[in-house]
Amino acid sequence: MKIVVCIKQVPDSAAKMVVEGGQISWGDAPLVLNPWDEFAIEAALQLIEANGGELTVVSVGGESAKESLKTALAMGCNQAILVADPALQGADSQASAHVLAAVIQKIGGLDAAFFGKQAIDGDMGVTAAQTARLLGWPMLGLAASLKAADGKLLVEKAFEEGRQSVECPTPAVVSVSKDIGEPRYPSFMGIRKASRATIPVWNLAELGIAAPVSVVRWPEVTNPPAREVKTEMITGGSAQEIAEKLADKILEEKVL
Amino acid sequence: MMSAKILVYIDQVKGKVLPASWEAIGAAHTLADKLGGEVAALVLGAEAKPVAEQAFQYGVAAACYCDDPTLTDYRPEPYADVLVKVARDLGVELLLFPTTTRGREQAAMSSVELGSGVIPDVTGLEVVDGKVVATRPVYAGRLISKAVCEATPQVITTRVRAFKAPEADPTKTGAPAQVPAVRAEADIHTKVTGYSLAEGGVSLTDANAIVSGGRGVSNNPALTPPAGMDEKATEIWRAQEGFKLIGDVAATLKAAVGASRAAVDAGYVPYAHQVGQTGKLVAPDLYIACGISGAIQHQAGMRSSKVIVAINKDAEAPIFRLARYGVVGDLFEILPPLAAALRQRLGK
Repeated sequence: MKIVVCIKQVPDSAAKMVVEGGQISWGDAPLVLNPWDEFAIEAALQLIEANGGELTVVSVGGESAKESLKTALAMGCNQAILVADPALQGADSQASAHVLAAVIQKIGGLDAAFFGKQAIDGDMGVTAAQTARLLGWPMLGLAASLKAADGKLLVEKAFEEGRQSVECPTPAVVSVSKDIGEPRYPSFMGIRKASRATIPVWNLAELGIAAPVSVVRWPEVTNPPAREVKTEMITGGSAQEIAEKLADKILEEKVL
Repeated sequence: MMSAKILVYIDQVKGKVLPASWEAIGAAHTLADKLGGEVAALVLGAEAKPVAEQAFQYGVAAACYCDDPTLTDYRPEPYADVLVKVARDLGVELLLFPTTTRGREQAAMSSVELGSGVIPDVTGLEVVDGKVVATRPVYAGRLISKAVCEATPQVITTRVRAFKAPEADPTKTGAPAQVPAVRAEADIHTKVTGYSLAEGGVSLTDANAIVSGGRGVSNNPALTPPAGMDEKATEIWRAQEGFKLIGDVAATLKAAVGASRAAVDAGYVPYAHQVGQTGKLVAPDLYIACGISGAIQHQAGMRSSKVIVAINKDAEAPIFRLARYGVVGDLFEILPPLAAALRQRLGK
């Protein structure tokens, strides 16, 4: 099988995000591979291990995104491609989807394109489905388990009501939920190999597309209003007394 | 053909409507009051017609439905085909969806096909100079961003529980219009082969109250585990005993059971219960955190809750800084009398 996994580099989830002078700042917190994308890489690696083939990891971003691509290589991806172009500065999700669809077509002969559920920076969760629609490929969203057989992908999709089992012929776009299982850690050998890897950089001219138009603007980012909360500690001589007091307080809030 | 300015996608499965759909209609009415124009609803799938009839009770001017056999199971492609066609035929300027799994997917797919963009999971909407400006949390709620879609139609999904559903008025009725399917079965590549339903209980994102447990739930010193268990099995057994106490308080309050990532990663409860940055983002009226220290990623998932109660042994736990009420103590000692006290006061 030939699979591509699309990843994004984001500030670490433990970073303290603040707005300073209208700009988003995460201090000296590191940039990392988007945590949701690790599940997509894990799912794709399992599929390749079971069926043979190769896995390419792709990211649209700046030079720094090579570090996250290397993390993906260290986990076991076979090769990496960085798509970087000054015209992609500030690209919105639909612009990114147009670029990724072009990358997927240029690579060619793919059985599937994998995505994480969403990126932890913008929390959009729409790029996979947008890319699927642009490619005209079936969308297998939020896969909780998957396997391949007879040129088909068999997926359990997670919904509010439970899971739906779906099958479809390849190629397809798959987004992966956390249910797939814990992503593996990069191996020592993998890290060594990744550190020596040369990652090709494609620009829009090489993809043969014009800069896609971004239509969503983000005019203002602010810190959330401080949570005005006065904490009242409930104390008492016994657990029973504390519980009774707490129950009274909860009922006084009239939220039940 | 009727015309409408705003089209709301109603997310339903076999006649069961996800309540956030009515909230999206509420948001649509507020915008229509400022923008002018009418609100229409679209319902797809089995039992779409009675749901479309029901939509009139929430004040829509028009409703259309398609219950073609190709739409009996939710499949993204044929659903998006009908949605895009209806949006074009009605000439809508704004498409609203509830931020459900299907709603988000349909918003994404229709936005690119309509040559527009999508703003998912918004918590606020206003009209500035005739333009819709959305507010949405980013970085799991650690920052708030305004967003504007410059193309038409604007495509927006509304966060569950962020908008108020209109009161249903049974005297408001109307005749929904049937619309045809777009794609023939032979051109649909996906096949649905089965379903497994989620375990019962209240859904986290819809819940009015949530009682959550963390790693601390497995630390009850008073318990004696059954003989013959290895260390991991003992830990899980202890955790399950702890979650029984949480489940008891939750049942009393008709609340959902949540968990921290630590509790999920340790195998205490399934991932579906996880609250936080890589779990569910929730905003119930009451959130009771038991044995949860309150890592920044957990806070991101629950900090918008109205009243937060924290029960933790560690007085320095960061969760107390978010809490309206705090108890420094042993959850195994507090929860059983708390469940009893609540039951008594709620007349159960």
